Amino acid sequence: MNMVVCVKRVPDTSESEVHIDASGKDIDKSRLSFGINECDNYAVEEAIQIKERLEGNVTVISLGGKDSDEVIRMALAKGGDDAIRLEDDAFAGGDALAVAKALAGAVKGLEYDIVFTGALTDDDGYAAVPVALAELLGVPHATYVKKVEILEPGKKAKVGRELEGGLMEFLEIDMPCVLGIQTGINEPRYASFKGIKQAAKKEIAVKSAADLGLDAADIGEAGSWAVLEQFTPPVVGEMAEILEGEPDETAAKLAGILKEKGLV
Amino acid sequence: MDFALSDEQKALKQTVHEFAENEIRPISMEMDEKGEFAWDVVRKAARLELTYSGVPEEYGGPGLSMLDNVIVIEELGWGCVGIASAIALNQIAILPVLLAGTEEQKKRYLPRITDSDNPRLCAFGLTEPEAGSDAASLKTRAVRDGDDYVLTGGKCFITNGGISDFYTIFTTVDPDQKYQGITAFIVEADTPGFSIGKIEHKMGMRASQTAELILEDVRVPASNILRGEGQGFYVAMETLDSSRPGVGAIGVGLARAAFEEALAYSRQRVQFGKPICRQQAIAFMLADMATKVDYARLLCYRAAWMLDNGLDAIKESSMAKYTGTDVAMEVVTDAVQIHGGYGYMKEYLVEKFFRDAKILQIVEGTNQIQRLVLSAQLIN
Repeated sequence: MNMVVCVKRVPDTSESEVHIDASGKDIDKSRLSFGINECDNYAVEEAIQIKERLEGNVTVISLGGKDSDEVIRMALAKGGDDAIRLEDDAFAGGDALAVAKALAGAVKGLEYDIVFTGALTDDDGYAAVPVALAELLGVPHATYVKKVEILEPGKKAKVGRELEGGLMEFLEIDMPCVLGIQTGINEPRYASFKGIKQAAKKEIAVKSAADLGLDAADIGEAGSWAVLEQFTPPVVGEMAEILEGEPDETAAKLAGILKEKGLV
Repeated sequence: MDFALSDEQKALKQTVHEFAENEIRPISMEMDEKGEFAWDVVRKAARLELTYSGVPEEYGGPGLSMLDNVIVIEELGWGCVGIASAIALNQIAILPVLLAGTEEQKKRYLPRITDSDNPRLCAFGLTEPEAGSDAASLKTRAVRDGDDYVLTGGKCFITNGGISDFYTIFTTVDPDQKYQGITAFIVEADTPGFSIGKIEHKMGMRASQTAELILEDVRVPASNILRGEGQGFYVAMETLDSSRPGVGAIGVGLARAAFEEALAYSRQRVQFGKPICRQQAIAFMLADMATKVDYARLLCYRAAWMLDNGLDAIKESSMAKYTGTDVAMEVVTDAVQIHGGYGYMKEYLVEKFFRDAKILQIVEGTNQIQRLVLSAQLIN
């Protein structure tokens, strides 16, 4: 089984205050720590587990600058075989479709049975890349995948999709295919020290848009259907009331409102 | 001069930090409360090769340098001093075999430690009830009998005692010869006459097991001597010279953890109308704490780097050990102070940190002995 895993380096905003930067089109990332996108971490693990069961090859792909090498190397340390990083100024400002075009350009040059991506990213959260990637490659896809069972290596898999309310939808899917992996599908491993040392020696192939045969007008911001205009904090609307004061005061006000409206 | 970690070192640090955060921290308070050895975590650590990180590749380890090891041990110290000690002391206990073992001894004993599926531990048996800082006055006797030696005596305060597969036991073949009579043996746990005495009930570092070892006519083949009769004191000292930066690093990790707790608490604790971190009395404490963590870390890195480069680092190793662990005590004390009354309560991590810090100033050569070693190097 030949597998490809797409990973993204994202900022960790879970324990930090987020501020919009001067451009108004991004957040200030200067004091944030970065790591692999959470879903992608599970996607890496799923690919490696399948490789360990059925043998095969895992290629790690990431779109990003040199900083992305750290998440690529960690995926290699855990058991990935090869790596490609897509770097080109022309990729900047792309929406999910443009990202998928870049990834598809890289995947097309490989033999693959399954392309794994995360179901969505922690930063943009469009959850559109796996779907767009599958369409561009002309192969079937499944998203929010929380179970993968290989029925016939290279031919057919059974996948479980996580639906609302804890329901699972099972479907059979032909390979090659794209699977958008949901968190919780497995227990991502820690890289072993030997793995980390070996990964440090592996080569990461860096490819530009031209290397992939992509036209600069068709990728990045130029090739996007959606272009980010501006970030703004939520505006206080007519129906919104912001409670101010010490925690005990605000809690008392909130309790008063809930009671008054008969909500508790 | 480059102060940046390599990508590989960053990956090691990140991996062990995640391990500490996800596997160690969630159980550290409970293990501390129960005083229980965290076998599950140690088994998981073995899968990462953490328990034997310094073992070279040719003997089945990942062959981390001293500096790499100091980097990862800091993360363990950040997680829990008890669990960090169980893991780091295993690494230290491997050192006599690595530094002084014959090829045959290495091939026989190291694979037991590097078997990730069935990880086993080893322990370093030097201290005795009447031989602590004055290690050369130890009394455990080894008497030659044909091809064997018969060992009699006892050891105390042995980390991983009772849960180890083999022990390096330091004995004397002739007490009159003082340190020149000291001889180190590898003793397997199941050797007749070898038994475990009291399991200690400790103030801190409670997730690691500390035990008394009893040796009653323990028959050990001469082939289990490390480096030869009368060489044991040197084996012990070389081991300790190599292990000191790592013990300092446990202190650095603990100090960093305490600083983080203090910083977070001081941000949300409001008194006199503002968060206490904005009160200069507290802000200056935070500044000092951060500085101490950094200088202690730099001393540990330097000592480890010198050892990796084959330089004489007796002085620098002592500086690293006592500074890393003194800083731990100081920073943890301030962290409790910043928490005020809450810091004295068991619900808060800093209460545990405070108890854990003290032992680090005592183990692996008290910080007074470190100053003695260091000053002797300066004066002589």
